[in-house]
Amino acid sequence: MTVLSIGLILVGCFFFLAGTVGLLRFPDVYSRLHALTKADILGLGFLLLGLAVQASSWMVVLKLFIVWWLALTASAAASHLVARAALAEGVEP
Amino acid sequence: MNAFLLGTALFLLINIGVGMIRIFRGPSAADRMLTAQLFGTTGIGVLALLSVTTIPAALDVALILALLAVLAAAAFSQRIRGTDRTRERP
Repeated sequence: MTVLSIGLILVGCFFFLAGTVGLLRFPDVYSRLHALTKADILGLGFLLLGLAVQASSWMVVLKLFIVWWLALTASAAASHLVARAALAEGVEP
Repeated sequence: MNAFLLGTALFLLINIGVGMIRIFRGPSAADRMLTAQLFGTTGIGVLALLSVTTIPAALDVALILALLAVLAAAAFSQRIRGTDRTRERP
Protein backbone atom coordinates (compact mmCIF):
# COMPACT_ATOMS: atom_id res chain seq x y z
CA MET A 1 0.00 0.00 0.00
CA THR A 2 2.81 2.38 0.85
CA VAL A 3 4.64 1.51 -2.36
CA LEU A 4 1.49 2.19 -4.38
CA SER A 5 1.04 5.53 -2.65
CA ILE A 6 4.65 6.56 -3.24
CA GLY A 7 4.39 5.49 -6.87
CA LEU A 8 1.23 7.52 -7.47
CA ILE A 9 2.70 10.61 -5.81
CA LEU A 10 5.85 10.33 -7.94
CA VAL A 11 3.75 10.10 -11.12
CA GLY A 12 1.89 13.19 -9.95
CA CYS A 13 5.14 15.06 -9.43
CA PHE A 14 6.30 14.06 -12.89
CA PHE A 15 3.14 15.55 -14.41
CA PHE A 16 3.62 18.75 -12.41
CA LEU A 17 7.14 19.02 -13.76
CA ALA A 18 5.89 18.40 -17.31
CA GLY A 19 3.29 21.14 -16.87
CA THR A 20 5.88 23.66 -15.72
CA VAL A 21 8.25 22.77 -18.55
CA GLY A 22 5.34 23.31 -20.95
CA LEU A 23 4.61 26.66 -19.30
CA LEU A 24 8.16 27.77 -19.92
CA ARG A 25 8.73 26.43 -23.40
CA PHE A 26 5.49 26.65 -25.37
CA PRO A 27 5.42 29.40 -27.98
CA ASP A 28 2.21 31.27 -27.15
CA VAL A 29 -0.38 31.95 -24.46
CA TYR A 30 -3.01 29.45 -25.59
CA SER A 31 -0.70 26.44 -25.71
CA ARG A 32 0.70 27.43 -22.32
CA LEU A 33 -2.86 27.50 -21.04
CA HIS A 34 -3.27 23.93 -22.32
CA ALA A 35 -0.06 22.77 -20.66
CA LEU A 36 -0.95 24.36 -17.38
CA THR A 37 -4.54 23.25 -16.96
CA LYS A 38 -4.33 19.73 -18.41
CA ALA A 39 -0.96 18.54 -17.13
CA ASP A 40 -1.05 20.25 -13.76
CA ILE A 41 -4.55 19.11 -12.88
CA LEU A 42 -3.67 15.58 -13.93
CA GLY A 43 -0.63 15.71 -11.68
CA LEU A 44 -2.77 17.02 -8.85
CA GLY A 45 -5.20 14.14 -9.40
CA PHE A 46 -2.44 11.55 -9.12
CA LEU A 47 -1.03 13.29 -6.07
CA LEU A 48 -4.38 13.31 -4.29
CA LEU A 49 -5.02 9.71 -5.32
CA GLY A 50 -1.70 8.70 -3.81
CA LEU A 51 -2.63 10.50 -0.62
CA ALA A 52 -6.10 8.95 -0.56
CA VAL A 53 -4.64 5.42 -0.77
CA GLN A 54 -2.90 5.88 2.54
CA ALA A 55 -5.45 8.11 4.23
CA SER A 56 -6.46 7.48 7.82
CA SER A 57 -10.24 7.57 7.46
CA TRP A 58 -13.04 7.72 4.89
CA MET A 59 -13.75 11.35 5.73
CA VAL A 60 -10.25 12.26 4.56
CA VAL A 61 -10.78 10.34 1.32
CA LEU A 62 -14.05 12.15 0.74
CA LYS A 63 -12.43 15.52 1.38
CA LEU A 64 -9.55 14.73 -0.96
CA PHE A 65 -12.05 13.77 -3.67
CA ILE A 66 -13.95 17.03 -3.16
CA VAL A 67 -10.72 19.02 -3.38
CA TRP A 68 -9.78 17.25 -6.61
CA TRP A 69 -13.19 17.80 -8.17
CA LEU A 70 -13.23 21.46 -7.14
CA ALA A 71 -9.70 22.02 -8.48
CA LEU A 72 -10.73 20.40 -11.77
CA THR A 73 -13.81 22.58 -12.22
CA ALA A 74 -12.04 25.70 -10.99
CA SER A 75 -9.16 25.23 -13.38
CA ALA A 76 -11.49 24.61 -16.33
CA ALA A 77 -13.40 27.81 -15.58
CA ALA A 78 -10.23 29.79 -14.94
CA SER A 79 -8.58 28.63 -18.16
CA HIS A 80 -11.65 29.69 -20.12
CA LEU A 81 -11.65 33.11 -18.46
CA VAL A 82 -7.95 33.68 -19.00
CA ALA A 83 -8.31 32.67 -22.67
CA ARG A 84 -11.14 35.19 -23.10
CA ALA A 85 -9.01 37.89 -21.53
CA ALA A 86 -6.08 37.03 -23.77
CA LEU A 87 -8.34 37.24 -26.81
CA ALA A 88 -9.61 40.64 -25.68
CA GLU A 89 -6.01 41.77 -25.23
CA GLY A 90 -5.35 41.02 -28.85
CA VAL A 91 -3.10 37.96 -28.64
CA GLU A 92 -3.47 36.07 -31.91
CA PRO A 93 -4.25 32.34 -31.49
CA MET B 1 6.90 8.39 4.78
CA ASN B 2 6.62 11.83 6.31
CA ALA B 3 10.03 12.76 4.99
CA PHE B 4 9.03 11.66 1.51
CA LEU B 5 5.82 13.73 1.60
CA LEU B 6 7.62 16.81 2.84
CA GLY B 7 10.26 16.29 0.16
CA THR B 8 7.49 16.22 -2.42
CA ALA B 9 6.10 19.48 -1.02
CA LEU B 10 9.56 21.01 -1.36
CA PHE B 11 9.74 19.78 -4.96
CA LEU B 12 6.39 21.44 -5.72
CA LEU B 13 7.64 24.71 -4.24
CA ILE B 14 10.72 24.56 -6.45
CA ASN B 15 8.31 23.99 -9.33
CA ILE B 16 6.57 27.26 -8.53
CA GLY B 17 9.92 29.01 -8.32
CA VAL B 18 10.86 27.81 -11.78
CA GLY B 19 7.42 28.72 -13.13
CA MET B 20 7.90 32.30 -11.96
CA ILE B 21 10.27 32.82 -14.88
CA ARG B 22 7.11 33.11 -16.92
CA ILE B 23 6.09 36.14 -14.86
CA PHE B 24 9.32 37.80 -15.89
CA ARG B 25 9.25 36.92 -19.53
CA GLY B 26 5.57 36.62 -20.38
CA PRO B 27 4.74 39.09 -23.10
CA SER B 28 1.07 39.53 -22.16
CA ALA B 29 -0.85 39.96 -18.94
CA ALA B 30 -2.60 36.64 -19.53
CA ASP B 31 0.75 34.88 -19.16
CA ARG B 32 1.17 36.34 -15.72
CA MET B 33 -2.36 35.38 -14.74
CA LEU B 34 -1.57 31.90 -15.99
CA THR B 35 1.30 31.68 -13.54
CA ALA B 36 -1.06 32.78 -10.79
CA GLN B 37 -3.16 29.74 -11.69
CA LEU B 38 0.00 27.65 -11.34
CA PHE B 39 0.39 29.08 -7.86
CA GLY B 40 -3.15 28.07 -7.02
CA THR B 41 -2.94 24.51 -8.29
CA THR B 42 0.47 23.83 -6.78
CA GLY B 43 -0.66 25.45 -3.54
CA ILE B 44 -3.53 22.97 -3.35
CA GLY B 45 -1.04 20.14 -3.80
CA VAL B 46 1.30 21.47 -1.11
CA LEU B 47 -1.58 22.00 1.32
CA ALA B 48 -2.87 18.48 0.74
CA LEU B 49 0.59 17.07 1.47
CA LEU B 50 0.87 19.20 4.60
CA SER B 51 -2.56 18.07 5.76
CA VAL B 52 -1.49 14.42 5.72
CA THR B 53 1.75 15.06 7.58
CA THR B 54 1.36 17.83 10.13
CA ILE B 55 -1.77 20.01 9.98
CA PRO B 56 -5.04 18.13 9.35
CA ALA B 57 -7.00 21.35 8.77
CA ALA B 58 -4.91 22.28 5.74
CA LEU B 59 -7.30 20.31 3.52
CA ASP B 60 -10.06 22.85 4.18
CA VAL B 61 -7.67 25.64 3.27
CA ALA B 62 -6.99 23.80 -0.01
CA LEU B 63 -10.73 23.86 -0.78
CA ILE B 64 -10.90 27.61 -0.20
CA LEU B 65 -7.79 28.17 -2.30
CA ALA B 66 -9.42 26.37 -5.23
CA LEU B 67 -12.43 28.68 -4.98
CA LEU B 68 -10.30 31.79 -4.70
CA ALA B 69 -8.33 30.80 -7.79
CA VAL B 70 -11.51 30.99 -9.84
CA LEU B 71 -12.39 34.35 -8.32
CA ALA B 72 -8.95 35.68 -9.18
CA ALA B 73 -9.28 34.51 -12.78
CA ALA B 74 -12.76 36.04 -13.03
CA ALA B 75 -11.54 39.37 -11.65
CA PHE B 76 -8.62 39.41 -14.07
CA SER B 77 -10.79 38.56 -17.04
CA GLN B 78 -13.33 41.22 -16.11
CA ARG B 79 -10.63 43.85 -15.78
CA ILE B 80 -9.05 43.05 -19.13
CA ARG B 81 -12.29 42.91 -21.04
CA GLY B 82 -13.65 46.12 -19.54
CA THR B 83 -16.30 46.38 -16.86
CA ASP B 84 -19.93 45.48 -17.02
CA ARG B 85 -21.91 45.78 -20.19
CA THR B 86 -25.01 47.24 -18.60
CA ARG B 87 -23.67 50.73 -18.99
CA GLU B 88 -23.22 50.53 -22.74
CA ARG B 89 -26.75 51.60 -23.65
CA PRO B 90 -27.78 54.86 -21.95
